Amino acid sequence: MTLNDSAPTTSRQLGGPEELSPSRRDFLRSAGLTGAALALAGCGANRENDFGPTGLAGAVVDANGNATLDFSTDVGVLNYAYALEQLEAAFYVSVVTNAAFSSIFAANEQRVLQDVRDHEVAHRDFFAAALGAARIPNLTPVFTSINFANRLSVLQTARVFEDLGVSAYNGAARYLSRADYLGVAGKIVSVEARHASAIRDLLANRTGEFAPTAFDAANTPQAVLTAADPFILEVITVINA
Amino acid sequence: MSDSSNTPGALSPVDSDMAARIVSRRHAITRGATASGMVMAGLRLGSVPAALAALSSDAFGQGRLPTVVNGVLNFALRLEYLEAEFYNRGVAAANLIPAADRAIFTTIQAHENAHVEFLRTALGASARPKPTFDFTAGNGSGTGPFADVFTNYATFMAVAQAFEDTGVRAYKGQAPSLQPYKDILQAALTIHSVEARHAAEVRRLRGNFMDQEPNEGWVTNATTDIPGTAAVYAGEDNVMQLGIDVTTVTTVSRKEITESFDEPLTMAEVLAIVDPFIV
Repeated sequence: MTLNDSAPTTSRQLGGPEELSPSRRDFLRSAGLTGAALALAGCGANRENDFGPTGLAGAVVDANGNATLDFSTDVGVLNYAYALEQLEAAFYVSVVTNAAFSSIFAANEQRVLQDVRDHEVAHRDFFAAALGAARIPNLTPVFTSINFANRLSVLQTARVFEDLGVSAYNGAARYLSRADYLGVAGKIVSVEARHASAIRDLLANRTGEFAPTAFDAANTPQAVLTAADPFILEVITVINA
Repeated sequence: MSDSSNTPGALSPVDSDMAARIVSRRHAITRGATASGMVMAGLRLGSVPAALAALSSDAFGQGRLPTVVNGVLNFALRLEYLEAEFYNRGVAAANLIPAADRAIFTTIQAHENAHVEFLRTALGASARPKPTFDFTAGNGSGTGPFADVFTNYATFMAVAQAFEDTGVRAYKGQAPSLQPYKDILQAALTIHSVEARHAAEVRRLRGNFMDQEPNEGWVTNATTDIPGTAAVYAGEDNVMQLGIDVTTVTTVSRKEITESFDEPLTMAEVLAIVDPFIV
């Protein structure tokens, strides 16, 4: 199934896991086909990835990959989650594949980071599959400010990303209209919180830092995207939130 | 955002902005209602939940919470009472928690008590009283399977883990019921994720932070090393999400996929789990 019930069947699942991460060129090609399909269906869609029957697309992507996500649609909200999971997954893949990984992290720390990498990749791939053709294309991470050969740089960035992820899900949940989508967001946000706790504990073991407040933040998408923007080449804009 | 930011809660100023936005929207829909002193006090403290708790009273009126909200919040309150008193007693117990671990449990203790206060405030006159607890899980006999819970640190940690992992699943299971009540939903979620932080910390502490199964911060399959807690972890081995078998759309192994998604419990399932702890 896809998350966009209005998506024409011809533009649903793009394929198996290899194709879940198409290059932008691949994306534009498939999006072009989608536009053609929508035009044939008389929907008048003329923008890439504009799947809405009346122009109320959840996610509109321009030729540079910049995305506008409409929070009045579940597709928009879920693409927001997909964007953040892409960012997290790319970060941890970079962490565990860095040549210094096994020398700068103790064995238990390596296990944490490898597990978190797996979880974020699973989240990313799940959203890609669930959104199907309604998903935004691959984002381009910008990690130049991170020193992947430095333990503290990696863990402090990880802490920022995990806390940000928790606050993002907490703040976006109110915009989901379908109960099953809210349910799956809930299944993921607590895992992000478990990550945040573990990463914070690696930075400050056996302290109260794993949970600095009794109530986690619930941040607006604008605040989250402002924080995430330096790490993503494309610009993501949220409307109707 | 600086990637080397060392400031916990660096995003917290946003919370006040959000609260102000909620207040103004709430005002719009309550047709001229003025914010109560508690709302303004909450905002001055920069505390969203305090403001939201007051807002829920403002919005629905004393004793007139929608039935579903009343039911869910009292359910949550029952669990928070359980957790708060558990940590209050554990922290107060002599020779139970080693000095090196006290900060962990005083932190959790403070949070659970704050959750109780929040829910009591939100519920107002509808808040149900605190039950009497038997933390041995003996239904009041004091001789249940966790009879040494306040004298044996390993037992105390095991019960703490079971409570935290149950709490995560309990809040998660109620989110769809709160969906029409956006502010309440959001407040509940900000507690839900804190319970998950607690759960991860206690799980890792039980494994002396070696992060090896079954003492990682996340739940693998439906596995538990704590006797009598199978129901706490039942169904955590699920890999079907929104009708998708996640094992078919990623290269990540099934075991790690089960860790990637925490599963909900129904209210009835949670109440059955905690029943032996309530007299």
